[in-house]
Amino acid sequence: MTSTAATETHLIRGASLLGGEPTDLLLADGRIAAVGDAAAADERAQQATVVDADGLIALPGMVDLHTHLREPGREDAETVETGTRAAALGGFTAVHAMANSNPVADTAGVVEQVWSLGRRSGWVDVRPVGAVTVGLAGERLSELGAMAESRAAVRVFSDDGICVHDPVLMRRALEYVKSFDGVVAQHAQEPRLTEGAQMNEGTVSAVLGLPGWPAVAEESIIARDVLLAEHVDSRLHVCHVSTAGSVDIIRWAKSRGINVTAEVTPHHLLLTDEKARTYNPVYKVNPPLRREKDVMALREALADGTIDIIGTDHAPHPTEAKECEWAQAAMGMTGLETALSVVQHTMIETGMMTWADFARVTSTTPAEIGLVADQGRPLAVGEPANITLVDADARWTVDPEAMATMGRNSPFSGLELPGRVRATFFHGTATVLDGELNTPRTAGEWA
Amino acid sequence: MNPADSPDRSTPVPTTSRTVLTGSDIERVLTRIAHEIIEANKGTEDLVLLGIPTRGYPLAQRLGQRIAAADPDVKVDELVGQLDVTMYRDDLRHGTSRTPAPTRIPGGGLDDKVVVLVDDVLYSGRTIRAALDALADIGRPKTVRLAVLVDRGHRELPIRADHVGKNLPTATSEKVKVRLAELDALDGEPVNEVVIEDHA
Amino acid sequence: MKHLLSTYDLGREDAVRILDVAEEMATVGTREIKKLPALRGRTVATLFFEDSTRTRISFEAAAKRLSADVINFAAKGSSVSKGESLKDTAQTLEAIGAEAVVIRHGASGAAARLAETDWISSAVVNAGDGTHEHPTQALLDAFTLRQHWARVKGVDPLGTGLDGMSVVIVGDVLHSRVARSNLWLLKTLGADVTFVAPPTLLPIGADAWPCTINYDLDDALAAGPDAVMMLRVQAERMNAAYFPSTAEYSRRWGFDDARLAMLDARGLDDTIILHPGPMNRGLEISAGAADSPRAVVLQQVSNGVAVRMAVLYLLLSGDH
Repeated sequence: MTSTAATETHLIRGASLLGGEPTDLLLADGRIAAVGDAAAADERAQQATVVDADGLIALPGMVDLHTHLREPGREDAETVETGTRAAALGGFTAVHAMANSNPVADTAGVVEQVWSLGRRSGWVDVRPVGAVTVGLAGERLSELGAMAESRAAVRVFSDDGICVHDPVLMRRALEYVKSFDGVVAQHAQEPRLTEGAQMNEGTVSAVLGLPGWPAVAEESIIARDVLLAEHVDSRLHVCHVSTAGSVDIIRWAKSRGINVTAEVTPHHLLLTDEKARTYNPVYKVNPPLRREKDVMALREALADGTIDIIGTDHAPHPTEAKECEWAQAAMGMTGLETALSVVQHTMIETGMMTWADFARVTSTTPAEIGLVADQGRPLAVGEPANITLVDADARWTVDPEAMATMGRNSPFSGLELPGRVRATFFHGTATVLDGELNTPRTAGEWA
Repeated sequence: MNPADSPDRSTPVPTTSRTVLTGSDIERVLTRIAHEIIEANKGTEDLVLLGIPTRGYPLAQRLGQRIAAADPDVKVDELVGQLDVTMYRDDLRHGTSRTPAPTRIPGGGLDDKVVVLVDDVLYSGRTIRAALDALADIGRPKTVRLAVLVDRGHRELPIRADHVGKNLPTATSEKVKVRLAELDALDGEPVNEVVIEDHA
Repeated sequence: MKHLLSTYDLGREDAVRILDVAEEMATVGTREIKKLPALRGRTVATLFFEDSTRTRISFEAAAKRLSADVINFAAKGSSVSKGESLKDTAQTLEAIGAEAVVIRHGASGAAARLAETDWISSAVVNAGDGTHEHPTQALLDAFTLRQHWARVKGVDPLGTGLDGMSVVIVGDVLHSRVARSNLWLLKTLGADVTFVAPPTLLPIGADAWPCTINYDLDDALAAGPDAVMMLRVQAERMNAAYFPSTAEYSRRWGFDDARLAMLDARGLDDTIILHPGPMNRGLEISAGAADSPRAVVLQQVSNGVAVRMAVLYLLLSGDH
């Protein structure tokens, strides 16, 4: 069975694959049908829509392991539809929807609902994350196996927003997910050390009189968890690493052969706790913005592979959740539509990474960690046509009002950044063309 | 906030400037006013001179010295005080915030005294209006009189001076500058003079 | 000056000017007619999300002495307790005619939020925000210290700072907006500041502050400070393990009779004792110290009115 859109064929002309020499790509039947001179020569190229990619870089579609889509429950903040539109515009072809919805994604029913909402929207693959514990309450395990076996085929489990702080529960979760090759993504935050915490604890919090969120509260949990993962021989993923000390612990764990992966958010690669001096809660996030020294350590760790991936921690909030006092404000920042630019600015323009490295940390490795089929694949003949075309030379000024996400809480508002997504292809469908939303993948194509 | 008389409140360079009172003119005029004050008061009894900052105060001091010279029973610091009117002005919402100067009332207070307000230039009369209000909050003098070095006209309120050093017809575009050695210097030298500058 | 939010950003010239204006305002308090017409027809709103009768009536007295109208808004029992936002509350006050909003709030940065958003255009005075700052308290402390220092030095306080003065501030620095505001202001005015506190009640990062930190009160007093400021300590802190017991706290960090006698014995006749109030007699300060001639607590209170008059006058006069 084929629909009209399923036969969508694109001839991408002169794209630079991962920043290399310009070449042509023929996308047909959802796959990369031909590369190089063979693309234009292919008979299907006659009917293809030609995409002029002169000066653009072709990257594998980005995969976010850490997205808050808010649906079900907080549709005033974001929906699967609006969040995945933002993702497509940001160059993503897959996102992992965090479990802290309402109801919490702790049953097969909820994860299947989110999964089918994603299918219906058709802008990106929506991969639900399952909650580790029932209601994120940290007391007993959710039915992890049921979620893994559901149509959503959950492989990533996280209580994100809340730390699985009970060491026994964490150990059991790490052990249990081995039966279906799942991974526990830990939000590392020792709860007692961070009661009422508002920002990084240090010289800035001392001046501002805001209760501090000490680095040790993150580092002590990561240290415990890597040792647990070693002990039970499980896979561990550390969400949003934010401190230099955490980097040291992860580096040590990897050197011991512990099966740990780690992510960093774009905002932790650029912003510091100095931003809190404005008391503008758009800079309030969990884990908090840290010191310059931490930012530099995170960049180095991402470049040398200690930190494996970028995770946006895209966390949209309604205006009123940020239009208030700092202490009353919600934590979190939007990130899907700025991730590429911030990473280009902090990692590529600084010479610390290449576009091939970018593809590794934003696509290949996150897809491997999340076991996402058909994502993070090489740009080669026969591979799924999940591709992002980027104008790396473009510069733009971030305007939250112009974004597709419902959240207006971008900490990069007003900042001039490099790099714009010109087109996104999701299984061959051009979800974004000329920098604008184009068309979602239609239901018929999912067969 | 900026100090009331910050240097950045720049005045354009005057196109013309002419001296209307020299240092010795000022001395002579003050001597005359001092005598007029004693004459009008029929002596120095109950007399209090209150200078209005900034330049009214040194003028009141000079008048006080002359009166004390005429009457050995009078001590200058018991005769002369300072009355700040900043808080009573009617233009506080405009320009930069003004810093009030100290008000110093001689020990005997003001009740039933003959108070002579002393200022350098009488112009719209608004400063004197403010001074009368300020006085009323401090005490209840028997009589209030007004002595000014220069009356340049253009009154906006029904106020007149009792003792005038010099009546000076001026255009509103002109500025009357009073310089007193206690406060002012030109090229590092203390200076006493009254000049008219035309900014037209 | 459009707002007064903190002393961190207050330059020396502005600080001295506020203190100088306060000197003139203080003389009004000694007159029979304790009123000036400077803010006649202007409206000052006090917006208090935390109970603080002392601070509120001090601001109210200051505004009234300048002939301003005062609207008092206490958040308790108002729409705020029913979930009204800070933005809506402030906009309501401005719609009623407030031209200056004096805000006390439990959240650090609340005053800055009012000032730096486009919610309202009024002048904002921070009357204490969380554990951040309480700038008018620091200004009244500086005013009290300056009068003392000028007397000791035999000079006119007008135009002067606190150069060469040494001030010891003792107690719960971690939770104290008074300590923070005083540190920045007293340093700006040229004083040397020493904080004395248990290490648990000093913030992480305080080592970067321009002050000396000493855990030993007797050691700090032996250095012969010109003033000692005792901070209020809440007994509840004991439950959060900041210190083992109130008895141990007073023994190690309280200004008790023995320490008072020690000042006398060392001939430190010009050392004064300040306290922002309300005092916990027997905890951070003994009755003997609180009632001694060294204590200037009531002068601080009356100076508070003069300083707040100066602040309101400077914020509401002139073009903005």
